[in-house]
Amino acid sequence: MTATIPITPVTAAGAPAPRSSRSSAFEYLTTKKDELVGWGRKFSIFPYPFVTACCAMEFMAVSSTPYDTDRFGAALPRFSPRQSDLLMVVGTVTHKQAPILLKVYEQMCEPKWVMAFGACATSGGFYQNYATLLGIDRIIPVDVYVPGCPPRPETVIDGIMQLQDRIARQRHPIVNDAF
Amino acid sequence: MRDAILASLREAFAAPAEASIAHGTFVVALAPESVVATATRLRGEFGFDLLQDVTAVDWPRRALRFDVVWHFYSTTQRVRVRMKTAVGEAAPEVETLTGLYGSAGFMERECHDMYGIRFRGNRDLRPILLYEGFVGHPLRKDYAKEHEQPLVPYRDQQ
Repeated sequence: MTATIPITPVTAAGAPAPRSSRSSAFEYLTTKKDELVGWGRKFSIFPYPFVTACCAMEFMAVSSTPYDTDRFGAALPRFSPRQSDLLMVVGTVTHKQAPILLKVYEQMCEPKWVMAFGACATSGGFYQNYATLLGIDRIIPVDVYVPGCPPRPETVIDGIMQLQDRIARQRHPIVNDAF
Repeated sequence: MRDAILASLREAFAAPAEASIAHGTFVVALAPESVVATATRLRGEFGFDLLQDVTAVDWPRRALRFDVVWHFYSTTQRVRVRMKTAVGEAAPEVETLTGLYGSAGFMERECHDMYGIRFRGNRDLRPILLYEGFVGHPLRKDYAKEHEQPLVPYRDQQ
């Protein structure tokens, strides 16, 4: 499905509004409807930070001014799982904490994605003992693994961008014959 | 001043306990029966008003397998004292110190979690760091580090 979207301002009479002769490069943009929807969705990620350990410092760094995940539309943490679509599990999860993580995940509405932020959330990290869950993918499905102890901000941004690519390629149910 | 206190402690606990200085800390090792009496003296006569820690050490090849260890601190004299006693695996029991120090309650619960030391007289030995249903004592040397007791069933096992 293709759609042609005029991006030049149009007057009531239908004639193009007068504008500078220098900026005539993108008067029309040709795309597909599902790509348009995917493009819109990938820049409106609402993360829920499930922060349990020292990776929290790196999460604060990557979400605040110098690295600024707002550039990727993933800036506004929703502190309610019901309003969010990206579960960022930041830090070590213990067996005692695992039921809470599962409950948070189950409260999130579809569509939802999960990012394992750091070595501990990915695999348990350097822990192997009575207390630690060796990777959150043992109890919930994970879309993006971000390695590092803690991850560099660039690594987190790369993870967000990979997730964005995946979201952009997914087909939303709104894109049907009636759209 | 510190040396004077250590000298008087050494004099007071020379017998029947075994007293020594280890890493600059006065250590008194004694029989389980005299734990409460000694702690009462430390608090009353010598002013050790802060109980800093209750923990244990597992010596798997020793006949009396566990050392139970207490650390006391005097906030006025700034001296630290370690008290320890050995108990066996069959009956790892010592008296509680909750009657002397309120802070002993939580620390004894943790020690019971991790080493299975029972503190007679502490009526609240529910798990504090572990969870209900946890079997065993994870800081004992014979608790395998790979052993897991998950509360949530794993996805590949459902």
